[in-house]
Amino acid sequence: MKDEITREERVDNLKGMGCSRKRVEDARFTQGKGNYVDDLKLDGMLFGDFVRTPYAHARIVSINTEEALKVPGVLAVLTAADLEPLGLHWMPTLAGDKQMVLADGKVLFQGQEVAFVVAEDRFAAADGIELVEVEYEELPVIVDPFEALQSDVVLREDLVAEDGSIPDGAHGPRKHPNHIFTWEAGDKEPTEQVINEAEVVAEESMYYHRTHPCPLETCGCVASMDKVNGKLTLWGTFQAPHAIRTVVSLISGIEEHNIRVISPDIGGGFGNKVGAYPGYVCSVVASIVTGKPVKWIEDRMDNLMTTAFARDYHMTGKIAATKEGKITGLQCHVTADHGGFDACADPTKFPAGFMNICTGSYDIPTAFLEVDGVYTNKAPGGVSYRCSFRVTEAVYFIERMIEVLAIKLNMDAAELRRINFIRKEQFPYTAALGWEYDSGDYHTAWDKALKAVDYDGLRAEQAQRVEAFKAGKTRKLMGIGLSFFTEIVGAGPVKNCDILGLGMFDSCEIRIHPTGSAIARLGTISQGQGHATTFAQILASEIGLPADSITIEEGDTDTAPYGLGTYGSRSTPVAGAATAMAGRKIRAKAQMIAAYLLEVHDNDVEFDVDRFVVKGAPEQFKTMKEIAFAAYNQAIPGIEPGLEAVSYYDPPNMTYPFGAYVCVMDIDVDTGVPEIRRFYALDDCGTRINPMIIEGQVHGGLTEALAVALGQEIAYDDMGNCKTGTLMDFFLPTAWEVPNYETDFTVTPSPHHPIGAKGVGESPHVGGVPCFSNAVQDAFRPFGNTHTNMPHDHWRIWKTANDLGLHG
Amino acid sequence: MIPAAFEYYRPKDMAGVLSLLEEHGDDARVMAGGHSLIPMMKLRMADVPHLIDLQDVGGMSEISVGADGIRIGAMVTQSDIIDHEALAAAAPILREAALQIADPQVRYMGTVGGNVANGDPGNDMPGLMQCLDATFTLVGADGSRDVPARDFYEAAYMTAREDDEVLTAVSLAAPTGGYAYEKQKRKIGDYATAAAAVQITREGDTCTSASIAMTNLSDTPIFSEAAGAALVGTALDDGALTAASAAMLGDIDPTEDNRGPVAFKRHVAGVILRRAIERAWSRA
Repeated sequence: MKDEITREERVDNLKGMGCSRKRVEDARFTQGKGNYVDDLKLDGMLFGDFVRTPYAHARIVSINTEEALKVPGVLAVLTAADLEPLGLHWMPTLAGDKQMVLADGKVLFQGQEVAFVVAEDRFAAADGIELVEVEYEELPVIVDPFEALQSDVVLREDLVAEDGSIPDGAHGPRKHPNHIFTWEAGDKEPTEQVINEAEVVAEESMYYHRTHPCPLETCGCVASMDKVNGKLTLWGTFQAPHAIRTVVSLISGIEEHNIRVISPDIGGGFGNKVGAYPGYVCSVVASIVTGKPVKWIEDRMDNLMTTAFARDYHMTGKIAATKEGKITGLQCHVTADHGGFDACADPTKFPAGFMNICTGSYDIPTAFLEVDGVYTNKAPGGVSYRCSFRVTEAVYFIERMIEVLAIKLNMDAAELRRINFIRKEQFPYTAALGWEYDSGDYHTAWDKALKAVDYDGLRAEQAQRVEAFKAGKTRKLMGIGLSFFTEIVGAGPVKNCDILGLGMFDSCEIRIHPTGSAIARLGTISQGQGHATTFAQILASEIGLPADSITIEEGDTDTAPYGLGTYGSRSTPVAGAATAMAGRKIRAKAQMIAAYLLEVHDNDVEFDVDRFVVKGAPEQFKTMKEIAFAAYNQAIPGIEPGLEAVSYYDPPNMTYPFGAYVCVMDIDVDTGVPEIRRFYALDDCGTRINPMIIEGQVHGGLTEALAVALGQEIAYDDMGNCKTGTLMDFFLPTAWEVPNYETDFTVTPSPHHPIGAKGVGESPHVGGVPCFSNAVQDAFRPFGNTHTNMPHDHWRIWKTANDLGLHG
Repeated sequence: MIPAAFEYYRPKDMAGVLSLLEEHGDDARVMAGGHSLIPMMKLRMADVPHLIDLQDVGGMSEISVGADGIRIGAMVTQSDIIDHEALAAAAPILREAALQIADPQVRYMGTVGGNVANGDPGNDMPGLMQCLDATFTLVGADGSRDVPARDFYEAAYMTAREDDEVLTAVSLAAPTGGYAYEKQKRKIGDYATAAAAVQITREGDTCTSASIAMTNLSDTPIFSEAAGAALVGTALDDGALTAASAAMLGDIDPTEDNRGPVAFKRHVAGVILRRAIERAWSRA
């Protein structure tokens, strides 16, 4: 049979890996046809919402629900006293701590959940909330973690023994009632020795401020307990639906097979939707109590003020080097503000996430990291906002330390990076703090980036600008922000990565239909990443069926295989690998079927794009479509009917995407207003599945980086009042504030990943934050600036200029 | 973010509005575009048991530009201001300012009347109308009266408008000379960190008149007569600009908020005013 189309056309028809396939999700999203949890309406559905404390630290003297219960439509008001008999007034956190579901005698942060009002609709619930009378006795408020470690005020009496001693926490000994853990990586004494003996040491303290992922869709759920068959269905904004199912089972006692968790369309997560929140527990309890479905949806203020924040790391560093700039050692101490409960979302053995990637992209022989976690009267959380676990903090730290060292050495910061990069031939490279970097080619990426922006030309222009400024000819300074980052994503190998004892593998199950189309289900869940588009592309290339003929389904625990969900750029490295591996199982069986149909030995056929051909006789072939049909209609000796496969993938290592970013910024010294003239982003995420989606991810990640670097924060006053609880004050950039981004790439495949992909969703955020910040700091370097803290909003930039005497 | 229960009215004429106001007193509020009032109600910071929507009243959506001056109905939206060519020709500062208010979606709903009547010190139109020496027409049970914009604002959300009055129109003489509305803000949709409205006339190299008002730097808009006076008769040399800035700084009283501390705001107010004056002068 003569082939009608060329091999290239056959490849194109698959829309497989490397193709900028249009996102299949967007037809519904752009037409307002998405199906989010708040779109769910069930018969008789009730609505629950919280009474929240206005005080950051207070004892609860009494709660009177009498007037609230008189509001027409209000059915119940739950308090901790109602949950206690069920053992549900507290719940475990992902970090090994426990958290109040409803205030049990006291409150620890403003906005903490005190009572849950259940009503026929959200309007009655809101009226009921107004009428719940809570009497508080105010307690001293601590919002500073350093003060917390000195204070006599005990925030968590539940974690102090009756004799006043301090029991160990989930991560070992605690040295103060408000102390959570000390976590160390690397070698302390050798590092101190290197620093003591170094020719040059640069030191800096920096505060990576508290901020918030602020997804467009807030958190919420609908719980529906079917009392007839004993099954609980929980729809919600869950980045990890299977983990939520297991947690709900463990804390409620409902057997796991009787729980079905469904994540519908999710409007962004960025880490905010990884953990479990009191709203989920209260909705489940309310549904059990009333026998009706109960919905809980946060409003924007609830989301910003109470669900998981990010960062809040006070970091102190020392970096040692030779006079020529070769780095010899790095030391980092972090005081981590975790808020009132330790609800960080990290793998169990990593209470500070992967902060120990803080040696960055550099060949640093000796290093030591120590992190102290601390309780304060702030909201709990500590999630990884568009980054792998605490990687943004780590990369910000090292990329600032490099700049500070460059200032100390009076060296160009680009050159300092270049002479310290891990060299291509050193991979796989074991860093001083323990990670084994899988692959990289940093020098090539760096040179390409600097050339693309004409780095030397920019420096010359900057020097001229400084002269013009000093001569009174301009009031604008020019900053050149550099950043080179290495991410660590794809958590992770089960041998060292678990959450609540659940290994961080992921999964894919594929069913090929007789007519040559397919459905694949994964343990992950898209929140905008475009999984339905890209995972179909992986499969298209692996199994030779068009991506357009493959449905990707996620988020329903009754149908999807078990997985740990989507965050930390883990979907492509882990579930993407599972998809490829499951596809290869399909292909292996298809090969046997093809050989049978072609009447040759299994080893005499080979895969070619969308078919198996007889080796040496490509005119003899069976397409995958034909093979799929044969799998269902032929009795093939020794082969079971059907064509299905499942793969659970335990990654042998993390993946290590990297990139080189340059930002050019003009700063109005008199108003503190920064203007981004240019932003160049080179990303190496290994094999590129869909370049268009990668570009979209880079744009989004950079925009969130711009937000964090230039103004986005969760700020508290001394009384623990959140000052940034609305989008008036919490900076969410719009198209107006966003510059044009130039994207570029190199490709250094991961050697251990089945398709060589590394993950990209979070890289631009990780690399972008220090790049924007370095641009601001660099503008003031000629005037003596070493470091100023983010966020670089107008008044802080103005203050930097003012402190340097630039306002005359 | 759900308001307390309220009664909603949509009267067809002003008589209907006034009778509702008379009946419910300060339990009632009129609403034009709703872009200030509704968020306050949703935050339960404004308690409005009786909400009177002006959308169906009619007669307040016209812009007239004539020899006897400019009249802008209270229901004219910011978007209408931007689109009106005759208005832009007669008083270009209005378009320049309106383009710096919020974003297009808000400007389609937000009205001039609501913006000036609410008394929010963050709103841009009050300072602008003080700069232009506009007059607000208030209609009540006893008929109508005119109040100069420069006398209208008493404190945050406190104005010369009585509870039973409705602000129906803004009138002003067509300004002459150069103009500028200069605003620093953190992002689109934000209130001003500092904003300055300037109208200025010149004969040759001499300034013959100057009108200056500042936004969001006190609990009311600030018409700084002294700042304008400091420019008149000068050639707008550096000394005159410094004097105008110093006079303005004597009139404002900013408070610290998330935009920054007082020292920053005062510094930026001076910078913004200077830029506004320079731009207005270049256009005069």
